[in-house]
Amino acid sequence: MAAGVRRRVLLHTVRHNGGYLTQACCAAEILATLYTRVMDLGPSEGPRIPPAFPGVPGKAGRRGLSGAAYNGGPDPHRDRFVLSPAHYALVLYATLVEVGRMDAEGLELFNRDGSTVEMIGAEHSPGMEVTSGSLGQALSVAVGLALGRRRTGARGRVWVLLSDGELQEGQTWEALLVAAHYRLDNLGVYLDANGFQCDGPVEAVLGVEPIAEKVRAFGWRVHEVHGHDVEALAAPAAEPPDGRPLMVVARTRPWQGIPSLRDRAPRFHYVRFRPGEAERALADLGMTLEEVAP
Amino acid sequence: MTDTGSGPAGGPAPGAAPGGGQGAAPGAGSGVAPLEVVTRPYARRLVEWARDRERVLCLSADLTGSCEVDDFREAYPDRFLSLGMAEQNLMGVAAGLARAGFLPFVHTFSVFVTRRPYDQVGMSIAYPNLPVRLMGFLPGLTTPGGVTHQAIDDVALMRVLPNMTVLDCGDATDVETVLDVTEEVDGPVFCRVLRGEVPRLFREPMRLDRARVLSRGSDVCVLSSSVCTEEAMRAVAALTARGVGVTHLHVSTLKPFGDPTVREAVASCRAGVVTVENHSVIGGLGSAVAEVMSELGVGRRLKRLGLQDTYAHGGSRAYLLDFYGLSARHVVAAVEDLLGERLGIEPESLTQAAPAGPRAAGPTEAPVGGPQAPGSTPEAAGPEPKAEAL
Repeated sequence: MAAGVRRRVLLHTVRHNGGYLTQACCAAEILATLYTRVMDLGPSEGPRIPPAFPGVPGKAGRRGLSGAAYNGGPDPHRDRFVLSPAHYALVLYATLVEVGRMDAEGLELFNRDGSTVEMIGAEHSPGMEVTSGSLGQALSVAVGLALGRRRTGARGRVWVLLSDGELQEGQTWEALLVAAHYRLDNLGVYLDANGFQCDGPVEAVLGVEPIAEKVRAFGWRVHEVHGHDVEALAAPAAEPPDGRPLMVVARTRPWQGIPSLRDRAPRFHYVRFRPGEAERALADLGMTLEEVAP
Repeated sequence: MTDTGSGPAGGPAPGAAPGGGQGAAPGAGSGVAPLEVVTRPYARRLVEWARDRERVLCLSADLTGSCEVDDFREAYPDRFLSLGMAEQNLMGVAAGLARAGFLPFVHTFSVFVTRRPYDQVGMSIAYPNLPVRLMGFLPGLTTPGGVTHQAIDDVALMRVLPNMTVLDCGDATDVETVLDVTEEVDGPVFCRVLRGEVPRLFREPMRLDRARVLSRGSDVCVLSSSVCTEEAMRAVAALTARGVGVTHLHVSTLKPFGDPTVREAVASCRAGVVTVENHSVIGGLGSAVAEVMSELGVGRRLKRLGLQDTYAHGGSRAYLLDFYGLSARHVVAAVEDLLGERLGIEPESLTQAAPAGPRAAGPTEAPVGGPQAPGSTPEAAGPEPKAEAL
């Protein structure tokens, strides 16, 4: 399944000569694990082909269209998912296709004018519940959601995919404090610790390590795992809650599965192929340019 | 505007109770006394109002006593959430709670509601149109705490956010009834709240997007908001006594701004319009009125009183309102300028305490005179100790 996510995002990147491809390389196993092994979600209630953009909340209805429908209905005893780095949207869409919550044709609407399948998704985009493109905000919303759900007796948990660059935002640490203070063990965060951000290596831009020790010191239950190992990713979520919020620090690689991407180091944030690169990336997955040409 | 000549009344009716016209009208003479001065109106009202509204949560950011929600904390400890000095996260948590079906009331100083977590308010609350109530204390110059505590741009910042409703309390009745107004809005509301000793100027409850008509006249139109309304009422009383016809509106909804009364008032005055606000003249009441006048094609002069694109500094409310040109004498001067004549109103008559004896405060209500006489409010009853303001 993770390989399928990578393949779909790579094809998209080749056909459109640009995309958040390395995010797929990093997070394919995390999202696949969340959707197949970790999260308890009801069947998708979203249309197989995502609808056209209906307008923003407040204009198109009180709350507008919610991409959360793809993660099932609002059942208090099922889980909710919050994607924090919204530029991972393409990876999420590809995952929805792989898990059968969206048709492959829906992915073709990606970044088309008037579509909800946007490049940096918002809460009308498939699979997205929170408008999280301003990084570092969604974890706080998830904390409020977890706090509120606990007050109502909801048994479902709230899962967040977070990126390591977001640890530079002060708000992230505020949210970590509050989640521990209120003992939100119905909140779980998967951190894609790929070590890269827009400007380059996180440790060169502004170091955040040691992540696990820091977050543990904030009162969280922290597991540090190989981010491309599905079993290792799934195991922490199976442990019974113990009063602490959970963070799984998933150590990932931006070139995982497409090794030729490694030559782009340290510029992984947004992939636009230079001559010859697309062919090599496709070859990594056993494909040729002729095969995939639109 | 009849001078009833009745003696000081007993306890005035609560703000939500019927009685009188829409707001109190100033009587003849230079002074306008508040009906009474109410201590901590927000503290009491929130506890009452939330009693049977289980979805209401009170969020605080280390300014619980300063925002008068300590009573709430005592009454409903389970519905009180302390989120510390961390306003960016505070807004996200409020958004999440709203998404979980609650009605979060966020309490902190207005500067910390608006400037510090602006992107969070915009993206986590306003964009999704969530029913979060942002209760901003210490609006404008109502704090001696200086520039860091004075919210002089909060109305502007919140007005520009799509989906946001902006309310601005001007007296104790506004404070007591604003919670009911928020219930009409299924989306985010930003509300400037007055704390401490708050004069009651009006009897009728606040209404969404409806100004209070405090006087009618055809020469000039004065629109005031927040604590500037009390100043403007004193000015209008003096102007009226000199024969100037003034339509005076107290505006408590800055967005939406579609009140037909406002449109009619700015379009029908002879000599021009004056706005006076406890805020920068950019982006607040003055700007909103200018927009309306332009769109209507009202070709009359507009004088905007408020902070003239400047920060302020720490001091008493009376000092600050006067120093920055928001007090009654500045309203008089602005009207004189529009009329092109001097009216001979002594500045002292606008600030001196009114006699404690019988005075007219409105068609049906006499003021409580005495110690809460006009002009004395900031010193006698207004400013909180500096330490508390921090």
